[in-house]
Amino acid sequence: MALDENKRQYISQRGGKTYFMLGDEACAYGAIYAGCDFFAGYPITPASEVAELIAEELPKAGGICIQMEDELASMAAIIGAAWTGARSMTATSGPGFSLMQENIGYGIMTETPCVIVNVQRSGPSTGQATKPAQGDVLQARWGTHGDHNIIALAPNSAQECFDLVQECFELADTYRTPVILLMDGEVGHIRESVVMPELSAVKHTSRKIAERTEDVFGGQELIPGMIHYGEGMNVHVTGSTHLASGMRDVTTPHVHDELIKRIYSKIDSNRENIVRVETDLNPDGKARVGVISYGASARPARGAVKLARAKGKNVDFLRLITIWPFAKKQVAEFSKELDIILVPEMNLGQMSREIERFVDSDVVTVPRIGGVPHSVDEIYRVIMGVV
Amino acid sequence: MYASLLERHRRGCKLIEITENLCKGCEICIEFCPLKVFEKSDKLNRKGYYLPVVTDEDQCVGCRLCELLCPEFAIIITNE
Amino acid sequence: MSEPRHRLMDFVREEIMPHRFCSGCGCGTVLNAFTNAVEGIGLDSAKMVCVSGIGCSSWIPSPYFKSDTLHTTHGRPIAFATGVKVMRPDLTVVVIAGDGDVAGIGGNHLIHAARRNIDLSVFMVNNMIYGMTGGQVAPTTPAGVKTTTTPHRNVEPAFKVADLVVAAGASYVARWTTYHVFPLLESMQNAMSRKGFSFIEIMSQCPENYGRRIGLRTGIDFLRQFKEKAIRVDKARGMTEEELEDRIVIGKLCDVERPEYVTELQKVTAEQVDLLRAEKEKVD
Repeated sequence: MALDENKRQYISQRGGKTYFMLGDEACAYGAIYAGCDFFAGYPITPASEVAELIAEELPKAGGICIQMEDELASMAAIIGAAWTGARSMTATSGPGFSLMQENIGYGIMTETPCVIVNVQRSGPSTGQATKPAQGDVLQARWGTHGDHNIIALAPNSAQECFDLVQECFELADTYRTPVILLMDGEVGHIRESVVMPELSAVKHTSRKIAERTEDVFGGQELIPGMIHYGEGMNVHVTGSTHLASGMRDVTTPHVHDELIKRIYSKIDSNRENIVRVETDLNPDGKARVGVISYGASARPARGAVKLARAKGKNVDFLRLITIWPFAKKQVAEFSKELDIILVPEMNLGQMSREIERFVDSDVVTVPRIGGVPHSVDEIYRVIMGVV
Repeated sequence: MYASLLERHRRGCKLIEITENLCKGCEICIEFCPLKVFEKSDKLNRKGYYLPVVTDEDQCVGCRLCELLCPEFAIIITNE
Repeated sequence: MSEPRHRLMDFVREEIMPHRFCSGCGCGTVLNAFTNAVEGIGLDSAKMVCVSGIGCSSWIPSPYFKSDTLHTTHGRPIAFATGVKVMRPDLTVVVIAGDGDVAGIGGNHLIHAARRNIDLSVFMVNNMIYGMTGGQVAPTTPAGVKTTTTPHRNVEPAFKVADLVVAAGASYVARWTTYHVFPLLESMQNAMSRKGFSFIEIMSQCPENYGRRIGLRTGIDFLRQFKEKAIRVDKARGMTEEELEDRIVIGKLCDVERPEYVTELQKVTAEQVDLLRAEKEKVD
């Protein structure tokens, strides 16, 4: 989507500099760079800083930020806004993310591009409300009911919060689906340098527009174009099973079958275009031990790998940038020569189970709950214990 | 309101049309017509609903209450 | 012989008519009044967005009314409509949904939208029951009534939703019934042509899943009762709560001018854009 005049003005005034800021704030700035027109949210630790900064800055870029009465409403409002052609976003944490699930499902079913930021905190329930965790990895994947696919990215630095939220908007428009930025309290509250590039370096994909109302939800396309409201095209958007025209048909088996399989496969068949991982293979090769991590946990994990290598140990490292769809090919490739894969994550083992499904190596969770991230030493000791 | 109804009445020329296949036989038109222009008939439509019938079109003052109350868009009143 | 064509078929998705509402259901009458209102004030349906939730009355706009439509999750149509209106204030955004949607599961969105005074028209079709799911008690079901989930009797008082919306700060609030179709359509016209949050509670009938439990077998039975029980708001003012116990207060309950939400939001954005420009000019 081409940036409008107000956003270009904003970016040209703010861009081309390096700032020191929170991960949450970087996420908010990144959204403005991505051309976000509309933000709706509800206060929650540790995501409030996203809303606060957006509330401060988005109007300067010509956009609108509103606080809704709850997270259900926030999710609903960003979907409504998306159908007017807006790029829209909300930000929350675990409890709010749980409340959003029904409408995330609605967004998936209606193929509505929008971005949901989840700055994960310790749960279940209120848990340790102010403490970081990575307990929503599977909620991001399977939180809403019914068969579906989802895209979720996990940044591990403030800079990546800035960069990946923009990628989320691009993916949302490219695949016409809600996209989740799965941050965690650690990354959200980290304060680091963030480079905000010049206007000329900002690139945007345009949302595909359909020519006929009859094709807005299918037709010949795997990923159909949208038609926005107000064009006189009588677009019919429903969360019920529908034909390519948007008209409900909730009884014909093949209509549901074709719709759900198409929505599922538009992400599944594009897995290789979506998935990004970062690998740091042992320079000497011959590693039999690997470490896979993501988000904030990847930082001490990588530190521990470096430390182990400094002690002469051979260890491979892979960081998942894309959490969903799962990087099954990359992880399988990575695991080939490995006897054991350690998975440090701030939960009792969520991603490690997904990894287990695609590798022959032994997969060992290095869990951490309690609100304090892994220490380098803690992971290092586990590595040294298995090498 | 009555004044305008009488005015319409004076102008005369009402046409009541019933779209038979839209009717679901709720009989609201029969019951609530202020001038009792309709009556239940023994004629069934395709869906098996008994249709209303206009007994006395001249009685109609064209107030359109039946047209607006009808849940089915099955009554069309034309005031000339 | 070809059948006559109703002029209001221009405003509905004619290819799927007749609609699926039961014989004598009030939803059809509300659709009739709504299309009349749109026609009457000359609204361009290409510049309308109709939003609904889950339930029988949500089918009035979706799929029957021919405009851009958003058929949302249960209880959330007002929240979805908020997102639409904020980004496209030039479009007329109408929410038509039931009492379960608007006052039950989605009650919180209703009071906050009224408080914000966002320029939406919300037409709540109140049939006093959860009809689509088979006749369960609603927040609007009168006390004493037996429903499938209050098989002995309902012990809760019914929600007076329109009164709540007045208290929450809406610009325009009215209550009518499916018997009072002329004032209803005029009220819908007022609601859609004015700025601010407009709310009409439309008392409606469900002969199938409510009426047969309370001895009102047909749409006619309901309309007779609406006619008998209705009392104009000006007459009701001098009456006690006991006297009004079993009555339906109809008419315009409030009509006030208040700052509209999206207009105020846009002012903030315009101010901030200007401030940023000024900042740049100072630097230059």
